[in-house]
Amino acid sequence: MHKITSVNDFVIRFANVNGSGSASANNLFAKSVFRLGIPVSPKNIFPSNIQGLPTWYEVRVNEHGYLGRRGGVDFMVATNGQTLKQDYDEVLPGGYFFYDSTKNLPHGFERKDITEIGLPLTAITNTEYSDPRQRQLFKNIIYVGALAYLFSMDFSVFTDSIKQQFSKKPKLIEPNIHALELGYNYAKEHHTDACAISIERRNNVGDSILMDGNSAVALGAVYSGATVVGWYPITPSTSVVEAFEKYATKFRMDKETGKKNFAIMQAEDELAAIGMVAGATWNGARAFTATSGPGLSLMNEFIGLAYFSELPIVLVDIQRSGPSTGMPTRTQQSDLILAAYASHGDTKHVLLFPCDPRECFEMGADAFDLADRLQTPVMVMSDLDLGMNDNMSPPLKWDDERRYDRGKVLTAEDLDNAKQAWGRYLDVDGDGIPYRTYPGTHPTKGSYFTRGSSHDEYARYTEDGDTYAKGMQRLLVKWETAKTLVPTPHTRLRSEKSRWGAIFFGTSTHASYEAISSLNKQGVAIDSMRIRAFPFQKEVKSFIDNYEMVFVIEQNRDGQMRTLLINECGIVPQKLVSVLNIDGMPITARFIAKRISQVLSNENVVSLQTAETEE
Amino acid sequence: MTYIRPNFRHPDLPTNSLGLTRKDYEGGLSTLCAGCGHDSISNAIIQACFELAIEPHKVAKMSGIGCSSKTPAYYLGKSHGFNSVHGRMPSVATGANLANRDLIYLGVSGDGDTASIGMGQFTHVARRNLNMVYIVMNNGCYGLTKGQDSATTDKGSASKKGHPNTFESIDLCSLALQLGAGYVARSFSGDKHQLVPLIKAALSHEGFAFIDVISPCVTFNNVPTSTKGYEYVRDHLSATGTFDFVPMRQEITTSYPEGTTKSISMHDGSVVELHKADSSLDVSSRREALSALENARHDGKILTGLMYLNPESTDSHNMLNTTDIPLCQLKEDKLCPGNAQLAFINEALR
Repeated sequence: MHKITSVNDFVIRFANVNGSGSASANNLFAKSVFRLGIPVSPKNIFPSNIQGLPTWYEVRVNEHGYLGRRGGVDFMVATNGQTLKQDYDEVLPGGYFFYDSTKNLPHGFERKDITEIGLPLTAITNTEYSDPRQRQLFKNIIYVGALAYLFSMDFSVFTDSIKQQFSKKPKLIEPNIHALELGYNYAKEHHTDACAISIERRNNVGDSILMDGNSAVALGAVYSGATVVGWYPITPSTSVVEAFEKYATKFRMDKETGKKNFAIMQAEDELAAIGMVAGATWNGARAFTATSGPGLSLMNEFIGLAYFSELPIVLVDIQRSGPSTGMPTRTQQSDLILAAYASHGDTKHVLLFPCDPRECFEMGADAFDLADRLQTPVMVMSDLDLGMNDNMSPPLKWDDERRYDRGKVLTAEDLDNAKQAWGRYLDVDGDGIPYRTYPGTHPTKGSYFTRGSSHDEYARYTEDGDTYAKGMQRLLVKWETAKTLVPTPHTRLRSEKSRWGAIFFGTSTHASYEAISSLNKQGVAIDSMRIRAFPFQKEVKSFIDNYEMVFVIEQNRDGQMRTLLINECGIVPQKLVSVLNIDGMPITARFIAKRISQVLSNENVVSLQTAETEE
Repeated sequence: MTYIRPNFRHPDLPTNSLGLTRKDYEGGLSTLCAGCGHDSISNAIIQACFELAIEPHKVAKMSGIGCSSKTPAYYLGKSHGFNSVHGRMPSVATGANLANRDLIYLGVSGDGDTASIGMGQFTHVARRNLNMVYIVMNNGCYGLTKGQDSATTDKGSASKKGHPNTFESIDLCSLALQLGAGYVARSFSGDKHQLVPLIKAALSHEGFAFIDVISPCVTFNNVPTSTKGYEYVRDHLSATGTFDFVPMRQEITTSYPEGTTKSISMHDGSVVELHKADSSLDVSSRREALSALENARHDGKILTGLMYLNPESTDSHNMLNTTDIPLCQLKEDKLCPGNAQLAFINEALR
């Protein structure tokens, strides 16, 4: 048998039972790899359940820095009886199956093409510990210790991590290290040369951080001065608000009074959550909500109100698999069309697409400037994969000279000095953005009635068709202005004569780049554009115009980004070829490369021996 | 079409302590039906704000959708207003209040807007004790869509359409009491002597102040078979007691004989003077208020007046422990932790 042999390049998957405390042990493993200077990409694959159902944790270790999912499992840590067979079958030929050998593997586990590594986890913990909870928790730490031996990892990185993790509970340090050693020593004794995968210290992570996107976007909101949060709990967005509260509690308590310089209100539903945001932004505070697909559906009416009455609301959408309740704990990029055109009537909204935690932080902050400047809803379109997993990312930074752009807001002095009559919806500058006033600004000037019913330039109710149409046309002028303000796409050219292009965004980014690189090595040059915002700038259309065919890579069934491109840029549909992943798991590089090669082979444009043979 | 009032004003119009006349508290001309109860409530709001000498621009007028929710255009023309979406005024008021605790939040809604589509938001804004006045202009029907029954239409009551309602009605005052509102009252649009002081006291109350105002719909629900027509309401009124509202800084000169009044001090120093002789209801008892409402219902009476007042109630901001400075006025120095803190955060993530 040919064992999978590699240094710093493999995929390991942990199969656990939800609620058994495996998360922190698995995290300890991933963090230790990262601290050895090797890029790492952990993905939590968890059920919509609190305790008892299967959960997996997949870690891609890759010293070249490919951070998307690769596809396939080289090393399986199987601790869950419910999924033992499935996990066994999933190991790639030549791979490794690590299991609790207290009991023998049942009948039917007879693969000859993988290496089985047994470690009697239950027997060891039963001998070592009397408390059932301890048995469970330390079982997880013991297998991490065994992995340290099997992958020849520097053991001190684990002990250092444990010391850091429990710096405030030093009593727990010694027992955890002991558990690590139990696993390490057993493996050393019984599986000396079992594993041909190893992890060697490198210096390939630079100053990167390992952070979840939800914390990053929340921190962006703290830095950008958000003070009011209206929200309703929904997976996978809940941790955005939890992180906001954590950071705000740390940085926003008034030192003299002990009072909060922020307000978080858990609403009765998503309608109320976004309603609170609308009211707060109307009143001059920066405010946001975080939600996921079902919540976004409920918020539609208010998004239309905010669009038409021109309120700078910010919404963070952590997308999950739809439709309806769908797969609440699986990822997807399937809210695009709903978000882009949310609410009845003619509406279009600004969307931002972050691809890593640093961009979550930046866009989480920029969203407020954009919303204030444009006086319109802005949505940050993250997803479960980016939001809830630790992602390797460049460090966060903030320019201390930066001042919040509160947009066109008139003060009492402005109103006193105004030479012409002020109209809330009057386009004075020709950019489609009118001037607004906050309630309470001036005793006699600047008041108006905000409404979702049709209004004239002076915010007066009107049913005059021409006046209404003029207002709607002005909102399109504003839309054009938005194109000059939103983040521009990132383009990568692979060859001067590329015939094909690829477009992707958000969490499809890393796997796409990897797939394109692997195709490039085989002589297939594909230029790429990573879209970072909606509306699309002119260069998006010019990019597409440059190629015979453009692949649009995304994680939904219907090619929603492709639809937006066709609709907004006037592209001939045949030119855009979808590469779609909809299984709720993060898209893999191998899948993308395979699909692109298939299309190109069918087109008879190229004969490829691509990544598909690897799978 | 826009209605603008003529700008004439008699030079001898009385002024309040701010030097403003009643006209300074008016809004645009009403487009509601002639005789609509809602216009009387608008007038009572104007009168209350004028008499309390509230700075108009310090009031935020909030509403949802419906005939009632149009009225903010007809009073306090110098105040900002927000006509939001159907049944969602409470959440918009909540966000607005969280952003700026220094303004006065005056929300108006209808029985459809509150008791049906907005029931969820109404109950939650009450239990959060948001510092606002919430007035329901309750006509027991959907006026703007031409007279359908609402959730406050009494069982057996028949509108102009002539079909008696077969469903139970919702008593918003009982509900507000159960939800912990610190100020609960009911009135009648045709009784401004009662309504104006009720609104004034509500404006002085810190926390959620709820007033359910029976306000007949002259077009669709003002027939003898309706329990929310002018005639029926006048014939079945029963008041909890008369009372005076004495604003802060004003000397208390009671008009009642000594020993027959009970004074309750409000949070802002104002005083509500209850005339005990009129009624035995103890407005500091939630339990008594609930039972008085139930008794009136049993007797086929419409109980009006102040039902319950808890001057000690604490509002959302105090419960959340937010800063005294309006959040919307905080700047970068208070809000942004700066790049140095990010360096620590980055380090902890390595």
